[in-house]
Amino acid sequence: MNWLKYSSSQALYPFAGRLIPWFTAAALGLIGVGLYVGFFVAPTDATQGDAYRIIFVHVPAAWMSMFLYVIMAIWAGIGLGLNARPSFMMAQAIAPTGALFTFLALFTGSMWGKPTWGAWWVWDARLTSELILLFQYIGIMLLRSSIDDLRRADRASAVLALVGVVNVPIIYFSVKWWNTLHQGASVSITAAPTMAGAMVTAMLVMAVGFWMYSIAVTLARMRCVIVERERQPSWGKPASVTDVAEAR
Amino acid sequence: MSQPSMSEAVRGVVRRDLLLAMRHRSDVAMSVFFVVIVASLFPLGVGPEPAVLRMIASGVLWVTALLACLLSLGRLFTADYLDGVLEQTLLIPQPLSVLVLGKVFSHWVISGLPVVLLSPLLGLQFGLSGNSLGVLTLSLLLGTPTLSMIGAIGAALTLGLRGSGLLVALLVLPLFIPVLIFGAGAVTNSVTGVGSEANLSLLGACFLLSLTFAPWATAVALRIAVE
Repeated sequence: MNWLKYSSSQALYPFAGRLIPWFTAAALGLIGVGLYVGFFVAPTDATQGDAYRIIFVHVPAAWMSMFLYVIMAIWAGIGLGLNARPSFMMAQAIAPTGALFTFLALFTGSMWGKPTWGAWWVWDARLTSELILLFQYIGIMLLRSSIDDLRRADRASAVLALVGVVNVPIIYFSVKWWNTLHQGASVSITAAPTMAGAMVTAMLVMAVGFWMYSIAVTLARMRCVIVERERQPSWGKPASVTDVAEAR
Repeated sequence: MSQPSMSEAVRGVVRRDLLLAMRHRSDVAMSVFFVVIVASLFPLGVGPEPAVLRMIASGVLWVTALLACLLSLGRLFTADYLDGVLEQTLLIPQPLSVLVLGKVFSHWVISGLPVVLLSPLLGLQFGLSGNSLGVLTLSLLLGTPTLSMIGAIGAALTLGLRGSGLLVALLVLPLFIPVLIFGAGAVTNSVTGVGSEANLSLLGACFLLSLTFAPWATAVALRIAVE
């Protein structure tokens, strides 16, 4: 199969449209299962009580916030290297979802922090670096929207995205490098998890569910970006203004 | 005419920028006075309690240095962009990232070095003692070039945009945060008597990292802005 043919908007637009229902269904199913296992099957934590259950949203959201940033930067890098417009569109489409997950991670984190740490917010290394990540997402979107020339907007925000990648390993290793309040990772690839099986299952299922959601939403936003940029949707089913509005 | 060597080209860029700054001395003086005035506002606002001032000194002086760098970023490329010098600079056969490094160096000499030299005096205002004053100056000496290099990326990305002054602040300030944390942390540690070596080493690491990548990213951003 020749994947390069999807580097043209005409081929990409219907292809993305065909994929969206599958990823939406996968996201709904997985998030449903994950929430069920998380809230009804997983045991109550010995020390944190039921308040810990927020991690089934918090941890996957935090993972996605970093993961999406790296993916966005990779697309931005491919765009700069190969001068490929769809890569820039992809980076543009990922940014709002990444910002959403970063905000969600911070928001659920503070909801979890209040009952367990006794404070909504502490200036610990993990929280601060995650906050910087949110600022970076916002900065990238602001830079893009304040440049009128599309080509320059694409390339300038790509450079900014690549520069900001420095922050991602800092977030990931912050709990190891600085001995701060935020707890270390309970789940890793190399060691056995330090929590009950059902908890791990719920967390991983939720993470995959969020991943599928991100793909579905990114593809939908991508179609909007294509329509906005080309303004001649003569291929496939022409997107109406209401389609664009809904997908936002 | 023989081609100038790389070091000659960089020296030319630095000499020109410093000469221009000398011809507009009030510009340089403004950022110095800005730092002095902002730093003097805090004791008036927070109150003249020496113990409190000693605690907030590191943060206040570092944030002031950061703002001074930010405010002078507009001057880094804008004049060259408007009068066409920048386009000619892009055509110079020497690598653009090295020339950018020369511009960033002169920006630091104009906006960062005065702050570094003034910092012991400002530290005295906040009741810092001998050793802490030394750490403050050293941390600023290591940190302000990093700020200039990171800031240059933002200045190049926002070149010639509407409201670029505000935008460059939003883009660059998040990237300044690590430098601020390590720099202010070093001073705070020396005030409270914990060693400040770790934070100074991290500042040095930030400096080397930005020295490696920032001029290159700035060069790419400049080409994007001008093309």
